[in-house]
Amino acid sequence: MSEWHVERGKIWEFARACLNDGDAYNKDDAVIPPTFPRTIAFWTPPGGGERRGRERMDMRRVLHGEQEYEYVRPLRAGDVLTTESSVKEQYEKEGKRGGTMQFVVTETVFRDQSGEIVAYARGTTIQTGKAATS
Amino acid sequence: MKAGDTLEKVMIEKVDRAMFVRYAGASGDFNPIHWNEDFAKSAGYPGVFAQGMFTAGVLATFLTDWVGESNVRRFRTRFVGQVWPEEQITCRATVESVGEGSAEVKLEVVNAKGERKIDGDATVAL
Repeated sequence: MSEWHVERGKIWEFARACLNDGDAYNKDDAVIPPTFPRTIAFWTPPGGGERRGRERMDMRRVLHGEQEYEYVRPLRAGDVLTTESSVKEQYEKEGKRGGTMQFVVTETVFRDQSGEIVAYARGTTIQTGKAATS
Repeated sequence: MKAGDTLEKVMIEKVDRAMFVRYAGASGDFNPIHWNEDFAKSAGYPGVFAQGMFTAGVLATFLTDWVGESNVRRFRTRFVGQVWPEEQITCRATVESVGEGSAEVKLEVVNAKGERKIDGDATVAL
C-alpha cells in the first residue's frame, strides 16, 4: 500500500487538461476536480489498484464502460491518500457483433492521513470479443 | 436549484487530438489508442478517439462551473459512444430531485447531431 500525495501542481495540470482553468484549482488548498482520482489509478503497479483483474486484457479490445466517484468530503492539495482496490464483480456477456465480452468491476477505497475513508472509485472495464469495426 | 432546472453548454467547439495528448499526460492514461493513429486503426477504429475520462473530465468541468468546485459528492459516467476529433461536444444537466442539503442531477454529453457519448448522474451539495 503506497501513499499518494495530492499536489497542487498536479491538480492544476489535470484541471486544465479537463478544459478548466478556474482559480479554485490554482491555490495552496486547491480542491480536486471530480475525476482527479483517475491520476492515482495509473500510478499503481500493473495488475494492482484499479487495474486489478485487467492484467490479461488486450488494449486494442478494452473499453471503459462506466466510472463513478463518491466523496465523503472534498479532497484538497495536502491530503495524503492510501488506496485499497478489489474486484467486485467479473462476468461475461455475448456481444452484439459476435464474441464474448468480459466485464470487470473494481472498487477502490481512499483513506486520508488520519485513516478515515474519504472517497470511493468504482469502475467497469470491458474487453470486447473482437476488435472494433466501426 | 429546483427539480426540472436544466443547463446546456457547448463545451468544445471542435475536438482536437492535442486535447487527448494533454489529457494523457495529465492523467497518466497512455493507452496509444487515444493518440497513435496506426495503433487505433490496427484495433479496427477509423482513428484515435478521446479517453472516456477526458470527456468525463470536461463534463465535470461543466458541472463544477455550475454548482461549485467543492460541491460534487458523487459523479458517475457511463460511456455510450466514442468522441472523435472534429466533433462538437455539448454537456447537459437536469435537476432530477432536491433533498435535504443535496440534489440529484442527470448528466448527458452529446455531439452536434444529438448522438449520445455519456450518460451520467451526480449528487451535489446545496
